[in-house]
Amino acid sequence: MDTIDQIATRRTEAEKDGSAPVIAVEDLHKAFASQKVLNGISLSVKRGETLAVLGRSGTGKSVLLRLVIGLEKPDSGSVRIHGQDIAGLALDKLGEIRKRMGFLFQHAALYDSLTVEQNVAFPLQHHRKTMSKAQRSDRVRELLAEVGMEGDLAKMPSDISGGMQKRVGLARALALEPDILLLDEPTAGLDPISAAEIDDLVLKLQQEHHMASIVVTHDLHSAKTIANRLALLNEGEVVLEGSFEELQNSDIEFVREFLRHS
Amino acid sequence: MTDLKSVAATGLKPPLPAPRTSLISPSVSSAKGLISEFFEWFGDLGIFFWRVVRAAVTPPFEFRELFRQLDEIGSKSLPLVALAGAATGVVLSLEARYSLTRFGAKSLLPAAIVFSVIHETGPIITGLVVSGRAGAGIGAELASMKVTEQIDAIEASAVNPYRLLAATRILACILMLPLLTLAADFCGLIMGWVTQALVEPVSLHQFISTGFNGADFNDFLPPTFKTAVFGLIIGLIACFQGMRTQGGAAGVGRAATSSVVLSSLFVILADVVLVKIIILFFP
Repeated sequence: MDTIDQIATRRTEAEKDGSAPVIAVEDLHKAFASQKVLNGISLSVKRGETLAVLGRSGTGKSVLLRLVIGLEKPDSGSVRIHGQDIAGLALDKLGEIRKRMGFLFQHAALYDSLTVEQNVAFPLQHHRKTMSKAQRSDRVRELLAEVGMEGDLAKMPSDISGGMQKRVGLARALALEPDILLLDEPTAGLDPISAAEIDDLVLKLQQEHHMASIVVTHDLHSAKTIANRLALLNEGEVVLEGSFEELQNSDIEFVREFLRHS
Repeated sequence: MTDLKSVAATGLKPPLPAPRTSLISPSVSSAKGLISEFFEWFGDLGIFFWRVVRAAVTPPFEFRELFRQLDEIGSKSLPLVALAGAATGVVLSLEARYSLTRFGAKSLLPAAIVFSVIHETGPIITGLVVSGRAGAGIGAELASMKVTEQIDAIEASAVNPYRLLAATRILACILMLPLLTLAADFCGLIMGWVTQALVEPVSLHQFISTGFNGADFNDFLPPTFKTAVFGLIIGLIACFQGMRTQGGAAGVGRAATSSVVLSSLFVILADVVLVKIIILFFP
């Protein structure tokens, strides 16, 4: 009889060699009151892979991401992270899984009463109790340097631009060295130069950390830059899943219309 | 009848009555909706309370945030509570002097002030002032964090928001209310004495010894510690209203208002019950 640790070790090995998905979403349904948002979504992401979820506004892209990290509960279907179904987990148990996940919110969601430095230090303060103050400070500086924000430690979130807030949000998401990264519209609301900088940054981080990532976006150019695979959503269903080339060569009317307007 | 006759004469069909979609009239239906909303609110509050209790008694404990909240709710409410207590002392002294003189019981003035302040006015004034100041503050702060996804970000960082945000604030309210009540009582008694001394010279020692003559700990401790229940009510309702907010800036405003209104209302209702319990168990 294998112990839970042995199963977990074998699973991690399978995830590393790419035979087991890190994130597996199966037949996911979600509705808010009478409005169906997701209608039977199935997706999976392996280690080192980036899946871009595209679609029109209001098609449930962000809801999908919130379901993956457990901020929403599915009506039916399952979300498996490292093989563990997270739907029925208590908050503290879910927390153990979330420690291995990084989430960049659409509007960065920085804590407005804390400085940039304190925002990035927040996960470390709570989950790296053995770290000394100096070690934590070094780690925060290192993370902020990675996203090009090392000069703004003492600034408050309200004193920096939207693009800078997203960089800080990204540094905070990476603080616990996650093996899953979820990005909700990382380039939304940014000028083309800042958007390109964020894309390059995400790409660089992916290459360095080999995380399993889901990027929700409606920006086709951004998706093409940072993702290996694309999934196009319409009315809560996956219309097409595949490479950028498959998307371009598709005969599906909705796909062609989406490409025409992108 | 006239209508039917004219219809028969003209051959026109009478207008159809409005279709009845429900056997229950709209007013009854809306009353039912309100009642179900009321019970739903209580149910959600109960679930919220259970989650907070469970988070509060399991490690890790958020001592740093608790101390920050003790300062925020306690120290920063102190000036307002002290001022309200002092004003109450002055008013009580003036009113009681007028009434007691009319009934020839002026000698009971110190006791009337002391008993009024420590039994009722000190605790209830503290409860209402803190529900106004801290209740609105907690409700608005958490609501603002909710609508800007900061609470989701805390949860996504694998930190339990019920432990970090709600348990610390509720516990701070429970711990600080009795201490703030002591401050309100102290200021009320001092200003009660000052007001009396301005009209008719009396030493503080004489005022206190006459006022507390016959009083024991049962007169002092239960009314002071009942404010811990007020603290629980204020903290719980403000955190609950804040963390369930929906809908932008308007939602934040609604959360702040409802936190104050509901916590004040429940503080007053709880006071009625607690006074009865205190009279029953500490006669």
